[in-house]
Amino acid sequence: MGVSAGAHPGAGSESEVKMTVPGPRNDFPLLKTQVRTATDAAHGSADLSKRMETQQVNIYYGKRHAVQDVSIPFYENLITAIIGPSGCGKSTLLRAMNRMNDAIPGYRIEGQVLLDGQEIHTPGTDVITLRRRVGMVFQQPNPFPKSIYDNVAFGLRVNGLVKSRAELDGRVEKALRGAALWDEVKDRLNRNALQLSGGEQQRVCIARALAVQPEVLLMDEPASALDPVSTAKIEELMFELKKDYTIVIVTHNMQQAARVSDFTAFLLSGQLIEFNPTPQLFTRPADPRTEAYITGRFG
Amino acid sequence: MGAPLLSAMSANTTALPTVETSVARRRAWDWAIEKFIYLSSLVAIAIIVLIFLFVGREALPVLTSPQVHEEVTLSTMFLPQNYGTPEAPLPYVWQPVGLHPKYSVMPLLLGSLKATLIAMLFATPLALLAAIYTTEFAPRRMREVIKPVIEMLAGIPSVVLGFFALIVLATVLQDLFDLEYRLNAINAGIALGLAVIPIVYTICEDALTAVPRSYRNASLALGASPWQTAWKVVLPSALPGVFAGIVLGFGRAVGETMIVLMASGNAAITSWNFAEPVRTLSASIAAELGEVVFGSPHYHVLFFLGVLLFVITFAFNWVGTIAVARLRKRLTGADR
Amino acid sequence: MKSRFTDKIFVFLCLFAVLVVIAMLAAVLGNITYHGWDRLSWEFISASPTHGMTEGGIFPAIYGTVLLVLLMAIFVVPLGVCVAIYFSEYADRSSRLYRWTRAAVDNLAGVPSIVFGLFGLGFFVQFVGGGVDQVFFGGNLTFRQPAILWASLTMAVLTLPVVIISVEETLRAVPQSFRDASYALGATKSQTIFRVVLPNAMSGVLTGGILAVSRGAGEVAPILFVGAAYFLPHLPTKLNDQFMQLGYHVFVLSTQSPDVEATKPLLYSTVFVLLALTFLLNLVAVAIRARLRVTAGSGR
Repeated sequence: MGVSAGAHPGAGSESEVKMTVPGPRNDFPLLKTQVRTATDAAHGSADLSKRMETQQVNIYYGKRHAVQDVSIPFYENLITAIIGPSGCGKSTLLRAMNRMNDAIPGYRIEGQVLLDGQEIHTPGTDVITLRRRVGMVFQQPNPFPKSIYDNVAFGLRVNGLVKSRAELDGRVEKALRGAALWDEVKDRLNRNALQLSGGEQQRVCIARALAVQPEVLLMDEPASALDPVSTAKIEELMFELKKDYTIVIVTHNMQQAARVSDFTAFLLSGQLIEFNPTPQLFTRPADPRTEAYITGRFG
Repeated sequence: MGAPLLSAMSANTTALPTVETSVARRRAWDWAIEKFIYLSSLVAIAIIVLIFLFVGREALPVLTSPQVHEEVTLSTMFLPQNYGTPEAPLPYVWQPVGLHPKYSVMPLLLGSLKATLIAMLFATPLALLAAIYTTEFAPRRMREVIKPVIEMLAGIPSVVLGFFALIVLATVLQDLFDLEYRLNAINAGIALGLAVIPIVYTICEDALTAVPRSYRNASLALGASPWQTAWKVVLPSALPGVFAGIVLGFGRAVGETMIVLMASGNAAITSWNFAEPVRTLSASIAAELGEVVFGSPHYHVLFFLGVLLFVITFAFNWVGTIAVARLRKRLTGADR
Repeated sequence: MKSRFTDKIFVFLCLFAVLVVIAMLAAVLGNITYHGWDRLSWEFISASPTHGMTEGGIFPAIYGTVLLVLLMAIFVVPLGVCVAIYFSEYADRSSRLYRWTRAAVDNLAGVPSIVFGLFGLGFFVQFVGGGVDQVFFGGNLTFRQPAILWASLTMAVLTLPVVIISVEETLRAVPQSFRDASYALGATKSQTIFRVVLPNAMSGVLTGGILAVSRGAGEVAPILFVGAAYFLPHLPTKLNDQFMQLGYHVFVLSTQSPDVEATKPLLYSTVFVLLALTFLLNLVAVAIRARLRVTAGSGR
């Protein structure tokens, strides 16, 4: 894998931007947000509240030290991207945040993972409630082989969150709207979700995650299995979603991270190399290793 | 789910607020269902233990009870006795019903052996050659037809095969070979073989298919013909699987009841003449258990026969399963 | 150097083996169909046997068989599904419980059918039946005798491995991603299994159940002394009634009928019905397996 100067929609003007790396799209609203955020960040992240945070987290799989002493803040209503080459531990870190790793034999975590300032790994923590507050979207779209309606309603039913069918209908609609899918599927809610295209399936998965009204949305390479058009739609969706949710996205696609996120964390071999506002990380990386990665010297 | 080890927490952080009542209820359900599932696996274990126990329990008096020993003991069951007359001695007689009950097990063991031998002699070449044809020579289309058809044989209830052997096959064989007895070991053996063919075929076919492509390619590239390849390269490689198939088929044949009950003549004759009727272990149990008095020595002996049968089939199945497991390990491990 | 001719002979030999096997299968099926077909009629299926089993129909045997396998299915399918769920979703491979349960199921599959009959007699009829009589009926002989309840339990025990193997196979085939998605939404393990995994494995449950029923309809040895009867004046209505059964009927008619020639037509037709029933069930199981596998994996 490497950095490709690939044809992405909107990348046409890249050649004009004098950078050593394909940078953010010349998408003025985005740039404005990023500049604003970076400025805010420059004024101290005390202005931004942290929805989730990892503090000196170490993760072991048996003897393997997969994540080493990583501390990253995840600011409210912003998108934070975690990038890095394969095997650098980014997915592991993400999955630690909703404790999806718990069932893996040999898994051990040290340090703290905080949600609203509260540690999620204490014995008293209820994993079920945690996963309702911290939702996840996976790399491969994985809707259940049920109807679209039943997919989106699954989390609500399973958690006993809704009392009446009418309320359920409302929540399903809201979630599908949130995933920008309602208009497309409102007439075929009873259709099997597997009959949709890849991009639509992924949006069903997003709607499904949104239905339980999480506070944080973890996205593990959500568009990597999709075609460019669907990818663009998902990215647009993320801008909408960040108004209501805090988003953490893991991606190996640097252009995507640059396009979409407000903050970026670069992980290498389990270690956090750099964490900065996105425009800064991609244009003036503080660490030479970051620069080497984003310029494609290694994949 | 192992709980991850936790670091020392700083005094500032506190645990996430837990547990709305509905979550507590769901957790309780989850726990209960998990215990229930574990219970079901215990039930499965209990079942097999109970089978051992209860069949064994009713068989035990043969070894321990003095009343039973008045009529029959282990030695009278297995060792030659002085039945018959000095002129026509009969060392082994199975005749549990009568004035002087005789419980020699040897005729029954011999009967089972004879019928099973015929079955395996009949079934193995057919099944093996058919498997070789299916995996080595048959065009794709034919393969997809042959397999299910042969598996159809497996779907025929044994009572139907017994019926066929009794009504049709016996007459055919008797006419063909001018046999004295209509129902005999050959008749039962062939029908038994029919029942066993699918098992041997399926396992042999698996074993042959598991032989890596590369072996065949190498052989063909050296100029060997398809047959030579099959016979000299593929088959030797698949031998453990073939062996397993034969052993498992043997086990199935020994334990089979209805076919022999209907087609073998049910006469406890001790001889090596295959054209004579036989009485197998399984058929004896089936034929006599209905008439026996509950709690009588005969009753206990029948259960003892059941234990014997169980042990024999278990031994065969055990050897066969180990062979299959070893075969699988060998072929999915290294490409030797 | 072997000539190509010799080579062809050997290949032909193998083909010949295939043909022999198929021919024998055809002979069995053909003979039974040929002789059993013309006696077949609606009356045959719906009427009771008369005139010493030489005329009439075999409805009671059909009824008894159906009742038997239905009761059996009620016992075996839930238990089989639970054990399969244990194997696939809960078991720790290295634990003793897992290895023992595996061994138990494997051994169960290898028990000869007549030994099941002994078990049915010694355990269900004598022990459990005896106990029930002592506790509930004051010692009166109610359940300590051949009964359809004990027969169906015996058959359930016999067909348990069939169900387990079929269900476990489909459970394992459910992609892990479904479970992940469910957990990520806050579902508990049992909710995930029963709302997501098991529904996806329904084809295995169905085929397992149908294969079990097919075997249950055809096996005779286990029920010889545990409930089957040759002729009953009325249909079984209570759990401790005896019952007529197709396979058992064939057995008795073939071996203990006073006039074999006279009963032959009825016998052949009975065999035909039994065979047709078994094959139909097997075909349905195969069809379900093929079809549901397609729909579960569609869209991917």
